[in-house]
Amino acid sequence: MLWKRAAAPLEAPPPTTPAAHPAPHPAPHPVASDDHIRFDGIEKLYPGGVQALHAVSFAIRRGGVFGIIGRSGAGKSTLLRSINMLERPTGGRVLVDGVDVGTLDEEALVHLRRRIGMIFQHFNLLSAKTVRENIGLPLRVSGVGAAETRRRVDELLELVGLSDKADVYPSKLSGGQKQRVGIARALVHRPEILLCDEATSALDPETTHSILGLLRDINATLGLTIVLITHDMAVIRAICDEVLVLDQGRRVEQGPVWTVFGAPQGEATRALLRPLQHGVPDDIARRLLPEPPKQGGRAVLALRFTGESHPDGVSLASLLALVPDATLLHGGIDRIQGHAQGDLLIAVPVAALRSAVGSRFSPDSLKVLGYVANDV
Amino acid sequence: MSPTMFDRYLRAFGETLTMVSVSVAIAIASGLALALLLVATAPGGLYPKPRVNKALSVVVNVFRAIPFIILLVALLPFTRFIVGTTLGTWAAVVPLSIHLIAFYTRIAQVSLNEVDHGLIEAARAMGFRRWQIVRHVILPEALPGIVGGMTVCVIAMINASAMAGAVGAGGLGDLAIRYGYERYETQVLFEIIVILIVLVTSVQFGGEWLARRVDHRR
Repeated sequence: MLWKRAAAPLEAPPPTTPAAHPAPHPAPHPVASDDHIRFDGIEKLYPGGVQALHAVSFAIRRGGVFGIIGRSGAGKSTLLRSINMLERPTGGRVLVDGVDVGTLDEEALVHLRRRIGMIFQHFNLLSAKTVRENIGLPLRVSGVGAAETRRRVDELLELVGLSDKADVYPSKLSGGQKQRVGIARALVHRPEILLCDEATSALDPETTHSILGLLRDINATLGLTIVLITHDMAVIRAICDEVLVLDQGRRVEQGPVWTVFGAPQGEATRALLRPLQHGVPDDIARRLLPEPPKQGGRAVLALRFTGESHPDGVSLASLLALVPDATLLHGGIDRIQGHAQGDLLIAVPVAALRSAVGSRFSPDSLKVLGYVANDV
Repeated sequence: MSPTMFDRYLRAFGETLTMVSVSVAIAIASGLALALLLVATAPGGLYPKPRVNKALSVVVNVFRAIPFIILLVALLPFTRFIVGTTLGTWAAVVPLSIHLIAFYTRIAQVSLNEVDHGLIEAARAMGFRRWQIVRHVILPEALPGIVGGMTVCVIAMINASAMAGAVGAGGLGDLAIRYGYERYETQVLFEIIVILIVLVTSVQFGGEWLARRVDHRR
């Protein structure tokens, strides 16, 4: 851990604020609560009549990694930008630590934004400045001295693993390295909140993995609240504690990641999850019959484990006990937030179907998808 | 070449240099300031003021529309007010600068507008004040274009200064017209053209070199 976070996150700006710029707006002292950010009926109506957000209300817990997912145009970017007022909602309130950020004046917003780091899909690094200058600039413009800035930039470069790139220009860096610089720059004010705007959408899978790992570490060691938006459920699964699904400007559902993955409620959620799930393979789907064949044949069953009833895993012995000559066709179990969940597709002889369905072994759902004439 | 002729060349060269450097310096300082004002007051800019923006844009267009030789004459009263005379090198500097301010404003405006909006958004998100965004983000990021525009300006000015002979400002162009054209001394005309070609080429190369130095985008 490179630095200790202020014990009381509600305290007025950190001591980095120079004497010349004392915070003219003493931080109000609302009731400390677990909710770090609260959205209260947020609406966004663009001139021209497009409504991006419809009365969205939810809260983001302090210290967690909160994901907002939706297809493009769902309003997630607008929602994220309302936290630091880069975009002003046309209705409702956003409360950060209990303070309605919509009521802050320009000067107070400057101070709020120094408590909220942000990283971007396209990194948004200054091309005319070196890595060191990019990371240090937010401190310099807030009046921190050169020596202090240098010390902090060195700490951050070490944190993101780019100590050897301090004096190169961003154009010489790979995408992943650029995003690391973006992260270092976002952390330079020791923020309490880090906003991630599609931070990995422009990166390849391997780099995405390492950037998400870095964000996870930062969340664990610095204890800041991370809010990220993405259209990729794999990102949510990789690092989020909680997820909000947004569709066409409306809140579809919200909850711990494992419950949303295990038992999605909304159609939009299911659509977003589909790429990660083990659906019915095409070749089997083509051969499925609605009724059992006259003789023999096998039934195809879909077992679903939501992580609720078998959080520690699925017992193979009980799976075998279901029907001794069941065939595992397709599927997989993922472990999300300590809950084993997933889908298994099995085939059992039609004759054994009754005992299988009636057996004591119970997945969270069991569905007969259809029948196939002979062995699959 | 006779010593007197050589002196004429030297003087003309000096006059061109004075006209070009002084008016370019004035034009770049004021043009850049006007361009910043135009970009900042534009709708969606840092200090949106649509009316100011519109008015400013119209004024710039008016000066852009007037041919230089007309502007030179039209501004005579103003020139007298500023430098006390309507003749000579310094009298030419006034219309040259004003002509060039309007020109450079548009060039600089394009460069400033090309700064990625994401950078400005990132700076806002980091708690930059608006003037800090101008100072630390917009200007440095637009610098390659601003420098490139200066090159164009210097060369345009070398050209326009040839017309300043009309108010007795002297300079290389004036020398070429009076000796080379009006007195049929083709060699003088030819020599001055060579000097101008060398001058323009070195300004162009120097400008490109400088623009590359300040450009870290690749």
